[in-house]
Amino acid sequence: MELSSFLTLDSFIRDPLTHDFMRKALLMSSLVAAVCGFLSSYLTLKGWALMGDAVSHSVMPGVVVAYALGLPFSLGAFIFGVGSVALIGFIKQKSRVKEDTVIGLVFTGFFALGIVLVSKIKSNIDLHSILFGSPLGISLSDVKQTIFISLLVVILLSIFRKDLMLYCFDPRHAKTVGINVFFLHYLLLTCLSLAAVVGLQSVGIILVVAMLITPGATAYLLTDKFDNMTIISVLSAIISSLIGIYVSFWFDLETGGSIVLAQTFIFLFAFLFAPRYGIFKLKKLFAGYK
Amino acid sequence: MESINYQNFRIDAENICVDYNGKVALYDANLRLKPGQICGLVGMNGAGKTTFFNALTGFVNISKGKIRINGESVRAAQKDQTIAYVPQNEGIDSQFPISVWDVVMMGRYGSMNIFRCPRESDVQAVRDAIERVDLTDHLSTPIGNLSGGQRKRTFLARAIAQRASILLLDEPFSGVDIRTEKLISELFIQFKNEGKTILLSTHDMIHVREFCDLVLLINKTVVAYGETSEVFTPENITTTFGGISPDFLFGPES
Repeated sequence: MELSSFLTLDSFIRDPLTHDFMRKALLMSSLVAAVCGFLSSYLTLKGWALMGDAVSHSVMPGVVVAYALGLPFSLGAFIFGVGSVALIGFIKQKSRVKEDTVIGLVFTGFFALGIVLVSKIKSNIDLHSILFGSPLGISLSDVKQTIFISLLVVILLSIFRKDLMLYCFDPRHAKTVGINVFFLHYLLLTCLSLAAVVGLQSVGIILVVAMLITPGATAYLLTDKFDNMTIISVLSAIISSLIGIYVSFWFDLETGGSIVLAQTFIFLFAFLFAPRYGIFKLKKLFAGYK
Repeated sequence: MESINYQNFRIDAENICVDYNGKVALYDANLRLKPGQICGLVGMNGAGKTTFFNALTGFVNISKGKIRINGESVRAAQKDQTIAYVPQNEGIDSQFPISVWDVVMMGRYGSMNIFRCPRESDVQAVRDAIERVDLTDHLSTPIGNLSGGQRKRTFLARAIAQRASILLLDEPFSGVDIRTEKLISELFIQFKNEGKTILLSTHDMIHVREFCDLVLLINKTVVAYGETSEVFTPENITTTFGGISPDFLFGPES
């Protein structure tokens, strides 16, 4: 890469857009980021980060089996994602093992199964792209699936936006006024599985949990209004995706990792400088006592 | 007395049992409350107070017994917005990014359409409820910025906005300021006059004497139930609290 090529911001932004695969990657990753960012506010408020990690790892065998059988990989991923949650619930209820332990052992079990399956099933599955994502090499059928799933999740979340907020905030009240809490619980889980499925294309199975929690955590530090939190979460997720892809293009870095790192940096920025909840705001407060 | 008219009772719980995966939390509990009655629910931590509330709201299923709310099933009561639950301050995430207005509006969700779009009547109900708990200056304040008493009033306003005829209050007086305590006690008198039925759990024996017509002493099951003046005796209280003397609980004046 010539140094002169990104001396101007204009060429820094425009040059990658001349490549078809880059335009596709930027669009698809932004879409995926928006979906994950939308969901992210609910997951961080509900305290489901570990659940997000579990579901995203557990989809691995589903992806492999679906590829081997020639089915849409999202279908396999979805079945195993929801299945892992059901299994976690079942083991927790029927044993004395604590919940975080159950979550940890179930998702690692599923993940290991996926890895073993990849090594056994002779096919052209690219383990690297499943684990680390391949937004630059996304196929047309994957594009269609991603758009379909993303729209589905966005529609579901939009319709039940307020009910899900109530469910995260005060499920007991929701139940008391006749709102179907059971349905909302599984709706959120379903959206989580679907978001993990689309998210893994961008950043891969290992890092997809970051897409599901980091934007929400960032937004949580910046606002006290739920609607604003959702907007900030979505925007920070999209911006991170764009930054990650551009940076990986110009510096020849792993794309998935770059996207997640961009999210982490935005979080750190909020952590340090958020007007109300940032570290430096706190320091000012402490200084006042001296 | 051959046939009891269940309509006379706001709450009619008969021999209810609740267990969590085989662990009994509450057994053979009975409670009957009429409109306009205020009943104190008294017991130790883990005696089943919250479980009792959960059973009445349908948040947990009862394994035995029967609950009728205004003569209907719990499910029907949920659909009719009959019961409002006012949580303990510790029972809610005070850092949740939500304003006073939005919390109180949640009291209307059960009677809105699926998108939960507030109608003019909902907006009015919320405004009135917030005014009754004296929080009109804090409409858009995030609940994280409220005092304990203000937060308690917010949830009370949610119950008012819901227009429920039964109020279940979990420790309504814990961690509130004098002003809130006074406001809550005034509201109780108004609720009573409006014919609402109130069941409140409390650790504070003085509040039971002050507000409650009836008292339900529980320790996994009903220890004693009846008029406060008759039932709220040192002996019964000692039994309820597993042998701890009421002197210790009340101080020397009783």
